[in-house]
Parts: sequence; C-alpha cells; structure tokens
Amino acid sequence: MSVIYLLLSLSLGVAIIFFIGFIVAVKSGQYDDSYTPSVRMLFEDELVKEPNDKPKTEKNNPTK
Amino acid sequence: MKMTNTKDRKCYHCGDDCGSRPIVLDDKDFCCIGCKTVFEIFSGNGLSYYYDLHAAAGSSPKPKAGKYNYLTSEVIVDKLVEFNGEAFQVVNLYIPHIHCSSCIWLLENLTKLHPSISSSQVDFPNKTVRITYSHTASSLREVVELLERIGYEPYISLDDYGKKKKEIDRGLIYKLGIAGFAFGNVMFLSFPEYFDLFTNGSGGPEFWLEKYKTIFRLLMFLFSVPVVFYAGRDYFISAYKGLRSGFLNIDVPIALGILVLFLRSTVDVIFDLGPGFFDSLTGLVFFLLLGKFFQQKTYSFLSFERDYKSFFPIAVTRIMDNGSEENVPIYEVEKGDRILIRNGELIPMDGLVLQGLAELDYSFVTGESDSVRKDKGEMVFAGGKQLSGAIEVEAVRSVHHSHLTQLWGNFDTGTHKANSFQSLTDSIGKRFTIAVLTIAIISSIFWFFFDSSKVLNVFTAVLIIACPCAIALAAPFTLGNMLRIFGMHGFYVKDTATLEKLAQIDTAIFDKTGTITSNQRNTIAYEGSVLNLDEESLLKTTLRSSNHPLSRSLYQLLREQDIDVLDDYKETLGEGIMGVRKNRRIKIGSAQYVGWPMATDTSKTQVHISANDNYKGCFSFETTYRPGLSSLFNSLSKTMDVSIVSGDHAGEKKRLEKILPGGSRLLFDQKPKEKLEYVKNLQNKGSRVMMVGDGLNDAGALLQSDVGVAISENVNVFSPACDAILDASRFQYLAAYQTMAKTSIKIIKLSFMLSLLYNVVGTYFAVTGQLQPIIAAILMPLSSISVVGFTSLATNMLGRRLTEPS
Repeated sequence: MSVIYLLLSLSLGVAIIFFIGFIVAVKSGQYDDSYTPSVRMLFEDELVKEPNDKPKTEKNNPTK
Repeated sequence: MKMTNTKDRKCYHCGDDCGSRPIVLDDKDFCCIGCKTVFEIFSGNGLSYYYDLHAAAGSSPKPKAGKYNYLTSEVIVDKLVEFNGEAFQVVNLYIPHIHCSSCIWLLENLTKLHPSISSSQVDFPNKTVRITYSHTASSLREVVELLERIGYEPYISLDDYGKKKKEIDRGLIYKLGIAGFAFGNVMFLSFPEYFDLFTNGSGGPEFWLEKYKTIFRLLMFLFSVPVVFYAGRDYFISAYKGLRSGFLNIDVPIALGILVLFLRSTVDVIFDLGPGFFDSLTGLVFFLLLGKFFQQKTYSFLSFERDYKSFFPIAVTRIMDNGSEENVPIYEVEKGDRILIRNGELIPMDGLVLQGLAELDYSFVTGESDSVRKDKGEMVFAGGKQLSGAIEVEAVRSVHHSHLTQLWGNFDTGTHKANSFQSLTDSIGKRFTIAVLTIAIISSIFWFFFDSSKVLNVFTAVLIIACPCAIALAAPFTLGNMLRIFGMHGFYVKDTATLEKLAQIDTAIFDKTGTITSNQRNTIAYEGSVLNLDEESLLKTTLRSSNHPLSRSLYQLLREQDIDVLDDYKETLGEGIMGVRKNRRIKIGSAQYVGWPMATDTSKTQVHISANDNYKGCFSFETTYRPGLSSLFNSLSKTMDVSIVSGDHAGEKKRLEKILPGGSRLLFDQKPKEKLEYVKNLQNKGSRVMMVGDGLNDAGALLQSDVGVAISENVNVFSPACDAILDASRFQYLAAYQTMAKTSIKIIKLSFMLSLLYNVVGTYFAVTGQLQPIIAAILMPLSSISVVGFTSLATNMLGRRLTEPS
C-alpha cells in the first residue's frame, strides 16, 4: 500500500479527533460564557499565595 | 494605605465618601456599619483577597428583615430552582451588582462562607451565579440572605417564576465549526492540483497526481457534503421562504451559488473534468457563517423584552383572618385578600388601603418621580412602590385583572412591529439576482452559437463567481461592529436591523418626565433665612439617615459638610424627619411638620426646615433637564421632526419652549394609549418614528414606533420593552448615534461597490469560459477579506468620533 494512504488517513484521523473534541466542548457549554473563564484562570495562582497572607490580616483583627 | 492621609476618605469596602468621621477598623475607613460588617465577614473567612483584586468593589448591604420570607414556601422554591434533587438544589440567580473580577472571585468562593454551599459558578456576561447547595442542611432563603448580607443581593422577580433553564441554541457554532473544519481540509487537499505545473507544461499529466487525484477529489467531495446540507441549510430554507412569498432576498443568489457550486463540482469530479470548486464552496459557507456569527452579538445581560413581570415580586404576604401571616405566590392572590406591603415593596394588584399611610412611587408606571400619597380607604393601583412604612391593602382585583396588567395586555396584542422592513442587503438581492441570471443566460446563448460544448460551463461559472458572498458580509460586519462600538459608549441596540431602521428615522418623539428630565438631580432653590454652619452640618447629617427620595436628592445637592453622629433621630412617616445633636434640633419635612402653618406654593415640591422650632425656610425642587438637551434638539431638528409627548400637565410648557428650537411640537396630558395612537398616526402618514421614553407609560409607544429607545439611569435595572437602551448619561449623544448609523449605511453601500468590482473581474473570466477553480479560489476569499477589512477599518474610524470630546 502506498505511503500516501497512510499519511492521508493519519492526517484525517488527527483532524477528526480535534473536530470531535470541538463538538464535545461546545456541547458541554464551554462556549456559552467566553468571558468569565478568562478572568477565573487568573485567580488560581493568587489563591495559592493567599494562605500566606491570611495569618497577617487575621492577627491584625483582634488588636483593634 | 495612603487613603487615610488624604483629605477625602473613601470607604474601603464600597468606595463611597465616608465623611469626616468614618468607622475605622484595621486602619481602614468604612462609610457605614453595613460595609464594616461585610469586611469582617470577608476577612474572617480568609476572603480579604477580594479587596486586593479590585479596590472598593463592594456595595453596602441593605438588608430588610423578612424580605425573603417567601422563600420558605416549597411551592415557590420549586418554581425558582433549576434542579431539585434529593440532597441538593441548583439555583441560578441574577445579581445586578456583578461588575468586576473581585465579584467573580468572591462569588465563586461562597463555599468558604457557608458550609452547605458546595459550588458556585459565575457567568459574568449574564451577571448570574449558579449555586449548588444542600437543601437539607440549608435553604434557598439562607443562601439568598447570605448574598444579601454581603452586598450581592439577587434580583428575583415574577419573571423567574416557573422559568426553567433555557435551552441555548448552539446551532450556529456547530455549523461554523463544521464549515471551518471542512474548509481547512479541502484547502489542503486541493493544493496539489493548484501547484501542478507539469500538466500545463510540456511534460503531460504529472504521474503521481494522476494516480491519486481520484482519492483526493473523493475526500473533498465527502467534506463538502455536510457543509452544503447541514451548515448551509439555513440559506436554502430562507431562499425557499423568500421565493414562496414572491420576494427575492439576498439568500436566493447565495443558495443558487452554493447549489451550483456543489452540483458543478460533483459533475466535474465524476466525469473527471477537473478538480471542482469544493474549496470555494466550503470557504464561501464558512465566511458567510462567520458574518452571521459576528452579527449575532447581543447584550446578554440586558433584556429588550421585559414586561411588567420582571418588576413584580414573586410572592406577597397575606394576612389571614386570624391575624397570622403567610406567603403566597402572587398569582394566588384573590379579590378580598388582605395583603401586607412593606417599605420598599411593590403593590402587585389594585386595592384599597386598609391601614397605614401609602406613599407610592409610580415612577415605573408613569415616569413621574414625585410620590403620591394615599390615605386609608383610598384606591391604589398596581405598580406603585411603597416608600414609607408598612401598609395593609385589600385586593380589589387579582393580579391578572389589575389595571397595569390589562394595559400591558393591550399593548401586547394590539401592536406589532411592522414586519415589512426590508434590509439594505435584501433590497439589493432582487436586482442582483436578476442581473446575474441575465448575464448567465445571455452569455450561454452566445456560447450556444459559438461553441456549444462550453454552454453549461459558462452558465454555471457565472452563477458561481457572481455569488454575492462579499455583499452578504458587508452589512453584518459593518453593523455588527457599530453595535459593539455603540455598546462601549452606553447605547445598547437590540440587533443590526434596528440600526438600519435608526438610519432612516425622520421623526423623533420624546417623553418628558424621566426622559428629557433627569430623575436624580433636581435643582433646588432655597428661600428663607440663611443657615449657619452648624445648622448646615446638622441638616446634612440628619438627611443622611433618611431613605426618602427627597432626602436623598437634597443630601446629594448640599455642599460637603462635616458628618457627625446624631444623638437622636426620628422619622415620622409621611411627615418629616428630626435630628438632634448637642441640644440642637432640626426638623425637615412638610410645612405642618416643622410648624409653619402657611403652606406657600403647593404646585412645587418643597421641603421645609426649622431649627430649634424656629422656622428657617424651604428648599423648592425644580425639574432639571438633562444636560445638552437644547443642543440635541437643535441638531436633531435639522434632519427630522421633533416633538415632545408627555403625560404631565402643561406646567412646564413655557420653560420648554424657551429651551427647544422653534417648530418642535409639544403635547401634554397624553395617556399611554394616546401616545401610541400619536405614533401610529405619524406612521400611517409615512413617517419613520423613533420614540424615546423611559417608563411603562411609554411602553406601548416604544413598541409601536420603528425604533423605541429606552432611557435608563441604570442599564442593569430598569427598562421597558424596547429596541435600544440608552444610558442616561449619554443622552446628549443621541443625535451623534443617529448620524453614525446613517454613515454606516454609506459604508455598506461603498463595500457593495467594492465587492461588485471583484464580481465584474470574476464575471469576465466566467463569460469568456476561462474560469479555473484556482481563480475562484483566489477571488472569493480575497473579495470577502477586503470587504471585511474595509468595513472594520471604516467603522472603527467612525467610532472614534464618540471618544473625541465634541
């Protein structure tokens, strides 16, 4: 069998996998709100840092 | 931070002015106890990051005890939640205050504030949060009250009642995805034949290409099938509908183009005549859908189809015969029921006042901001908001039969937007189709005598190359972009068709109260003896404690004063307020209340002042017209007839005549129905009418007019059903928006010329029988891209006019 059939089926296979991925993503509602996730993903890092800051603010509280 | 050193101290939580004596906690200033409490809740639960993310993002909570009692009723809860399971419930709440990243972060961390909330997710464009909570350990009421306590009060109205999760139509995204996918792949598959230089040279057909072209062509065919029959389906349906009603819309030549492209390519492939036009076909559908997608931009957080339901509460408190109270859904209220209306609640049906003094704000029905007073035994109509204290009302009619609901019903059934509107693109579609068919037939006839083997080739080639892809793209991209630019500047237009209608307006009708006058800033004139500094400070401090609308306006208009703490404060409902500090006493309110027996001028709204029982004077309120009113009317009257149709009495006529240019018509004492008739009459005379209004009293006229513009002080909160919502602060730009809409139409016409140019070039190849697939493959995307580029550039340049100070 010619190598071109192999290449064609490979490239088509990859393309179709991505296409199915797209359909699944739309179906699950990922494209319904295209703004909030862009903000949300910026929180994650800060959230990890946050517990370190937390004791400071809490220590301040009882003093006042 | 530095804030404490600066002169004006802003609340750490909500950013409001704190006055000179803020509540201090943790070196931070707060304007009120409410804000401080929210800060304590946040910092106590490890949520102080809220303030780092976005400074002063909060709003001060205004909890009202018992407001959400009705959420204990299972029937009501069941109608509100999206999912009602054994262990947990899911509810999607609309929260108008959502406005920044802090809000998203906080609301998605609700789990930290309440153990029974298992997850919460914000949809920022829609300003909603979906909360999953255990209703065995907690309840919807607890969740809502928690949100209320932290300043994120959800807005629950009758409109939410029984509304289940809406199905989102994702069809266009699927279609776009399929067309794009096929376009990309077909492009790759058609490259080998495009780059084949041997066939045309001396060497004969290229060997490998010859060997494999069947499989390549077959694949291209397979990719185009879903594009034609699924992604391009809407064009066939629309063309069919148009043809059936004897109307050649733009979709007719498009559908014809798609069909001919597909059939010709299939025939070419089957009989080995050539590679076919599959790449042009998929590209065409992809670009067209892209235009549709671009045009679809809507303001999801705004609603253009609101009716009275979005303003009505879901439940009311009914007082039983034995004196006990119960919450009943509003639809179950019957004639003769006794209803308790608390301060700030809306009266949902017509009734008689049984107890208490009703002070009703009918601004949402009539647009009139002055409140109306009703004593015991008087009739009250649905739609009024109670301003002072609780009252008991006996229902005279049920909600369905109340005056307001009936009025609304009349609007709904009696009027329909004229459907006869034909967009610019569609109106060109007819001429275009006829021209293309004529060219195709004439050239076929020519070739029939000259070289009959080429007849079919030429006929189909003309239809293919003349497919008005770029023309169909011009309007969606221009208007879609304009919609976005307007949206950024506080003018929210429902759809692109409205924008086209706006460009054709020749008559503008304005409502008066609330539309050309502003609700908030009344100018105030003071008459009487001058107040000393101490008294002024006391006056402002006292006003600060009151929630009455007059107190609020007066408070905002008085100049900055030291705000101090009062020793005593008393509010007599419907009469006035009294504040005491260091044996100084100030009384603010009606003439009788302050002890001034001579009621001076009853036509004006007045607030009287006395200090230590000595009458001082009074503040008179006058309506203020919105800034720029006069210049707006001047520029509008150059291109259209302008008139004012108001429900008010003619008291302001003289003043208005002075401000407005001559020739503007002024009509007073117009009922909602009469406003509607007025619009209708003008339309029957052939005018294209724009109605600008704000209240439900304009709703009928807004619906009837060609373009109904609702003015709104706060776009998130209130607007009757309309075609466009205009932020009140952008009122003076209305004329500029209209001119820009006109210019957009010119831009579209220019892009039509541009795309016709490409069509002429393409038709030359087609008519002479030389149309190769590669020429189509280059011309079609090129024309589309240059049209899209031109329109985006032109509209963005046009949009700059709004940002420049005019």
